[in-house]
Amino acid sequence: MMASRGEPPATKVVLLLVPHKDASFHAALRERFRVLDFFASSERSQLPAFLGAAAAAPEPPRAAIVVGAGLIPVDAAFLDAVPSLRCVMCLAAGVDFIDLDECARRGVVVANSGSVFSADVADHAVGLLIDVLRRVSAAERFVRRGLWPVQGGHPLGSKIGGRRVGIIGLGNIGSQIAKRLQALGCIVCYNSRTPKDSVPYRYFTNVHDLAVESDVLVVACALNKATRHIVGKDVLEALGKDGVVVNIGRGANVDQAELVRALKEGRIAGAGLDVFENEPGAPGELFCMDNVVMTPHVAVFTAESMSDLRDHVVANLEAFFSGQPLLTPVLPHSPVN
Amino acid sequence: MTSSEPPVLPTLLMFRVRELRFHAELRERYHVLDFFTSGEPLHGFLAAAAADPDPPRALVTAGGDSVSVDAAFLDAVPSLRFVFSTGAGLDHIDLDECARRGVAVANSGTVYSTDVADHAVGMLVDVLRRVSAAERFVRRGLWPLQGDYPLGTKLGGKRVGIIGLGNIGSLMAKRLEAFGCVIHYNSRKPKESVSYRYFTTVHDLASESDVLVVACVLSKETHHVVNRDVLDALGKDGIVINIGRGLNIDEAELVSALAEGRIAGAGLDVFEKEPKVPAELFSMDNVVLTHHCAAFTKESRSDLRDATIGNLEAFFSGKPLLTPVLPR
Repeated sequence: MMASRGEPPATKVVLLLVPHKDASFHAALRERFRVLDFFASSERSQLPAFLGAAAAAPEPPRAAIVVGAGLIPVDAAFLDAVPSLRCVMCLAAGVDFIDLDECARRGVVVANSGSVFSADVADHAVGLLIDVLRRVSAAERFVRRGLWPVQGGHPLGSKIGGRRVGIIGLGNIGSQIAKRLQALGCIVCYNSRTPKDSVPYRYFTNVHDLAVESDVLVVACALNKATRHIVGKDVLEALGKDGVVVNIGRGANVDQAELVRALKEGRIAGAGLDVFENEPGAPGELFCMDNVVMTPHVAVFTAESMSDLRDHVVANLEAFFSGQPLLTPVLPHSPVN
Repeated sequence: MTSSEPPVLPTLLMFRVRELRFHAELRERYHVLDFFTSGEPLHGFLAAAAADPDPPRALVTAGGDSVSVDAAFLDAVPSLRFVFSTGAGLDHIDLDECARRGVAVANSGTVYSTDVADHAVGMLVDVLRRVSAAERFVRRGLWPLQGDYPLGTKLGGKRVGIIGLGNIGSLMAKRLEAFGCVIHYNSRKPKESVSYRYFTTVHDLASESDVLVVACVLSKETHHVVNRDVLDALGKDGIVINIGRGLNIDEAELVSALAEGRIAGAGLDVFEKEPKVPAELFSMDNVVLTHHCAAFTKESRSDLRDATIGNLEAFFSGKPLLTPVLPR
C-alpha cells in the first residue's frame, strides 16, 4: 500500500495510553503510525468516551501502547470497548495489569519490553545492594549535614564479598544481577518456578528455604498471583536479623507492612527498595532509617534505555502491522523479564 | 623465677590506633607507648620513648597528617627497626630514609583492597544512576508531588579509565567488566597479562574515558595528577571517582569544573583537607560524598587487627614479614 510522502498509511492506527513525556518517543511513533494519544486528548479524564470514539472511527485502532503506571487495566471490559485491537504493546517488562488469558482467548497478541531494561535494572539492583551493605547514602547524609568534622566516626558498613545472595526469579534481570554479584565475590543462589539448566547457582524450591540460606534476598521476579507478597513475614523471619532485602520487582512482591515492622523492630538488618505498594511515595516510617535505601521506581530510567525502548516499540509495532511475529511476545505463563 | 612472673613484653610505639578492641589486643602482647594518650608533644614523647629501658623497636601507625615517619623522627628513636602502617597509603612514611637505615616497613597489604574497590564501584553506580540523589528526593517527600525524576546514565559500554592498576584498580576493573564497562588504564608501566588498553599519560586516558578513577598512591608524581588539563580532557559528560588521596586531585579545579558544568559529576571518598569538604559540593546532586570510609568495614577491621599482629609477631620473632613494603 503506497502512502503519500510523510503520511503513514491510515491502517496503522495506534492507541497511546501512557503518560509518556519523552518528545522523541512521540515523534518516532508519529513518523510511522497514526497515534491516538489519550493523555493529550480533550477526553483525557474519560477513558470510555475516548475508547468509544476510537472504536467507532472509520479506521479503528489495531494496536495499543500501554504500561502499568498508566493505570488502565487491559481486561475483558477494555478489550470489549475496542474490539479492533489485535496487539497490546507494553512498555515495561511487567504485565500484571494485562489479562493475558483474555488476550489469548481473543487472539490479541501482547508484547513487552523484553530485555531492553534488564541491564539497567540489574545495575540499579546491585547499586542498591552495595549502598545498603556499605551504607553509601547514609555516609552521604552524614557528610552533607556537616557532621564529619563534628562527629568523626560513623557506623561501619559490611563487606560484600562472601555474602550469600538469594535471587527470587532468575530471568534476564536476575541472571544479570547474578553475573555482577559474582564479580563482587558474592555467592549466588536462587529460586524460580523451575530450575534453570546450566547455571552454576544453587537452586531452592521455595523462597523460605532460599531465605534461610541467604544474607541478602533480591526480588527480581514478575508480579502475579503466585508472587504477590512472596516476601512476607515467614520469609523475613527465615532471612533473619542480619538479612537485607532488595526489591526491584514490584512493590506487591513484598508484604510492605511486614517489612516496615521487621525493620522497625530490628528483625532484619536493612533494605534497598525501588518499588513500593502504593506508588508514588514510600512509607514515612522508613525515612528516618539509615539502613534503608529508597529510590522512586527509577531502575529502568536511563537516557540510553529510553532510546532503546523507542526503537524496541517501533520494531514490535512494525512487525505486527506487517504481519510478522512480535519480537518480544508475552504468552500466559511465559517469563517476562 | 616464679611461674606467675609476667613475660617481658616488647615495647611498641603507637600512633592513631583508636579502636578499643585493637588497642586491647596490642596491649595484651606489647608494652605500648601510645602518643595519643601521652598528652606530650611529639618531640617530648619520642625522647621519652628513646629513653625507655627497653626502647621501642617497632612502630604501629595509622598515618594521616599527625605524624610523618621521616629522618627527624627516625633520628629521635634510633632503636626503631620496623614500621607497620595500618593504612593502605604510605605517603606519611619516608621510604627512602627507612631503606637507607635498614628500617623494615610493612603495611596492611591487601586487607582493604576489596572493600575499597567495592566502595568505588558503589560510588560509580551511585553517581551514574543518581541513587543517593534519588534517595534524597524520596526522603524529602517529593516523589508524590513531583513525580518524575531525572534520568540516569547507563553503565554498560562506558569507558572507565583507572589511574593506577594495583590491587585496588584491578579489583575494580574485574567488577566493572561484569557491568559491561570497558576498562582503560594508566600506570607507571603497562601491566603484562592484562588485556585492558594502556595509556601513557593521564591526559590521554581522560580524553578516552567516560569515568576517571583515581586508584593510585599519593607520591610526588601523583600529586594533583588530576588537574585542570585532565578535567578538560575528560569533558563535560565525564565523571571523576576518587578513592586514592585528596591530594591526587586539584580540588579547587574539580570544584569549579563541577560548578561550571565542565564535568558531569564526581564520587569522592577523600579530600584535600579532611574532614573539611568544600561547601560548594553540598548543594550538588551530581556528586556523591563519603567520609574516607572506603576501606572500613566491620570485617576489614578484624582483618586489619590480624594483619598488624601477624606482622609484628613475625618481626619480633625474626621471621619474614607477612606484607613487607621494605625491604622490597
